[in-house]
Amino acid sequence: MKAINTMSLTFDSLEVNESFARSATAGFFTQLDPTVEELCDIRTAVSEAVTNAIVHGYRRAPGKVRLTARIYPGRKIAVAVRDNGCGIADIEKAMEPLFTTDPEGERSGLGFSVMQSFMDTIKVVSAPGKGTTVTMHRTLSPLPDDAGESPHISSQGAEE
Amino acid sequence: MNTEVFGSVQAGCCRCTIDCRDQLLSVRLSGEIDQASAATIREKIDQAAESCLPQTLMLDLSGITFMDSSGIGLIMGRYKMMQTMDGELLVTGASPRVKRLMQMGGLDKLPIFGGANRADRA
Repeated sequence: MKAINTMSLTFDSLEVNESFARSATAGFFTQLDPTVEELCDIRTAVSEAVTNAIVHGYRRAPGKVRLTARIYPGRKIAVAVRDNGCGIADIEKAMEPLFTTDPEGERSGLGFSVMQSFMDTIKVVSAPGKGTTVTMHRTLSPLPDDAGESPHISSQGAEE
Repeated sequence: MNTEVFGSVQAGCCRCTIDCRDQLLSVRLSGEIDQASAATIREKIDQAAESCLPQTLMLDLSGITFMDSSGIGLIMGRYKMMQTMDGELLVTGASPRVKRLMQMGGLDKLPIFGGANRADRA
């Protein structure tokens, strides 16, 4: 499906950028007039994904995090968070609740669980040494008197 | 009455205000708890606890506008810390959203939510 609007950000793998990333993403999606609850869900999921990239992907070493937010027809949205860090050898295990590679940092091991809970779907693509891309999808609730279309957003210049 | 004021510190997007009175260490948090703020909050609370050796650590979350799973780790860690000190952790003011996160982390099964009488002590 072709996106009708896209935003991409690249930022340093610094924890201070977590707030920026979730706020920028929420700001981008406000054009769809989501509910406050939906925006909070998206902010939380993005925060988890970015934290994972910084803490687990890069193990707090310097690197770049790329975040791409997309809007599709039918009030469908997607957020992809990519790092070029150490990658995940066993994705299934990494997604188990309470699993963490950073117990000293008091990580709860709930990052993926929170993303799964607050978004509709989550896909993880990763391999050791190849970095990780987490892509989350969600369909926003319809607006009153809305059939799910976004007629005011042109598809001109949009990306796949 | 022994009162020790540890003051207020800005930890990323979160403000943390701490004081200790009669072995009750009160921590009021407002703003956003994420990975960036949790480490500083943890450090400040643990320093204060080492100093005043509280019987009860009370975390007031009523001013929290955002929390991710970093907050779960923060609360769980303070619970364990108070256990090692033979004390208790009390959490107040959690919003429904924060409670939902705490539930995901299993924190709702811990005896950390006091009644009205305990909350009045803060």
